[in-house]
Amino acid sequence: MLINKARDIKSSEITDKEVYLNRRQFLAASSLAAAAVATGAGLGGVLGSPQQAHAGTKLTGVRKSPFSTNEPPTPFKDITTYNNFYEFGTDKDTPAERAGSLITRPWTVKVEGEIKHAKVYDIDNLMKLSPLEERIYRLRCVEGWSMVIPWVGFPLNALIKQAEPTSRAKYVEFTTLLDPKQMPEQRRSVLDWPYVEGLRMDEAMHPLAILVVGLYGETLPNQDGAPIRLVVPWKYGFKSIKSIVRIRFVENQPQTAWMKSSPREYGFYSNVNPEVDHPRWSQARERRIGEIFKRQTLMFNGYADQVAHLYRGMDLKTYF
Amino acid sequence: MTVKSFTMIRVAVFLLCLLPLGRLGWLGYTGGLGANPIEFITRSTGTWTLTFLLITLGVTPARKLSGWNSLIKLRRMLGLYAFFYGSLHFTTYFWLDQFFDMAAIVKDVAKRPFITVGFSSFLLLIPLALTSTRAMIRRLGGKRWQQLHRLVYFIAIGGVFHFLWQVKADTRRPTIYGVVLAILLTYRLAMGLRQKHSASAPPASPGTSRSPAFQSLAEEIEFEKPLERIR
Repeated sequence: MLINKARDIKSSEITDKEVYLNRRQFLAASSLAAAAVATGAGLGGVLGSPQQAHAGTKLTGVRKSPFSTNEPPTPFKDITTYNNFYEFGTDKDTPAERAGSLITRPWTVKVEGEIKHAKVYDIDNLMKLSPLEERIYRLRCVEGWSMVIPWVGFPLNALIKQAEPTSRAKYVEFTTLLDPKQMPEQRRSVLDWPYVEGLRMDEAMHPLAILVVGLYGETLPNQDGAPIRLVVPWKYGFKSIKSIVRIRFVENQPQTAWMKSSPREYGFYSNVNPEVDHPRWSQARERRIGEIFKRQTLMFNGYADQVAHLYRGMDLKTYF
Repeated sequence: MTVKSFTMIRVAVFLLCLLPLGRLGWLGYTGGLGANPIEFITRSTGTWTLTFLLITLGVTPARKLSGWNSLIKLRRMLGLYAFFYGSLHFTTYFWLDQFFDMAAIVKDVAKRPFITVGFSSFLLLIPLALTSTRAMIRRLGGKRWQQLHRLVYFIAIGGVFHFLWQVKADTRRPTIYGVVLAILLTYRLAMGLRQKHSASAPPASPGTSRSPAFQSLAEEIEFEKPLERIR
């Protein structure tokens, strides 16, 4: 497979972890000191901000990735307060307010279906399945906004290789937790719960498709899909399912939550495509969060060089 | 109630109606508009437009049910506030969202039903705002004025569909607006039928040849008169 990206950086160029961590501590300490001096010890507001309630623990040994974009990442605050996570409410700010009710430990992910090694993974073991990488990806929402997000995770194909799919496995189906006690909006039938998403096998095997466990070097905040979510950067954001409890390998194309909700508007593929409009709005442009003026949306969200071959010969207007 | 104390109410309502705008200003000043401020402003001005349309449509039923006839004196102001927030909503789209990209706007209006219906409703509001003055009521004549201002029913229906067709899956809020509007329209329909029924009965006195609807409008305009004196 042709991946048009620079080779990985040499290991000699990577700063030693000890030094890196010390530097972080030094910076943190000195910036706190500076802030204390500047504000007259007005730190209460900084430390007591709402996101701190779900703040994660630092993930160690995270590698850089050649797949990362060098565009400036969207601020942590925006990534963690502007969310579409309907299980916690359909407003953008409600997931950050309500997702505290999600219990992410203990957590298991059932891997089953047309595979040789069906297994129930404990989340902490799953996080050690493959070395963690930082992947700074663009995220394009079907609603017409976008972000640049420094995810931490590992390739989905690492899990798939362990599971050893049989020849009958044509698709992968992902399912979010179903528990109205933890996810209060599941009591309302906004969507047909639990949330389900899917990928074709070759999409799932693509090195850009990742399982994400962290954000900005820390474990994932609940509102962003803790403890583990999918990220498929060339598809609209809703394909990147959150808080996964089951990954099933199947022969037939899965029915996703949005396809069930509105089949005319949401197809199985949902690749970012500026030329195929959503029936109710244009997809030609997008607003990058933090910017005022809209920018052109790129084919496959700018990942065309890496993924366009997956859809060769397919009419993307039909398979939207 | 004295004329003076009603003026106080009028001023209070005027200031109250500015609160949604004040809130946006305050949130903008303190950085509270969230990650996508333009979307926030668009939604806020849109929902307030619809809210003011429904409040305006609620004035007459509220007046009839409460018997507090002075309420009618607030109707023009409330209607103009609906137009005011509608203008802010449209300006946000035209300027901040599309940045005067005429080609994109024309395409949006022509191709996207929710924008078509929203844009049409806004256009229809303009003649109503322009003819809201007493001078225009006199110039048009009560009956024609009232016929023109019946457009507000279509505007409100258009506004609800504009909202409904815009949301992705959660239709709760537009449905609430739709239900309230349906109640208000049903009330009017019921009133209209009752008036028609009583109109078909022999007239109580030979002098009343005007239609009952016109009578009620004349009544309503009459209520605004004391105000004129204050101005």
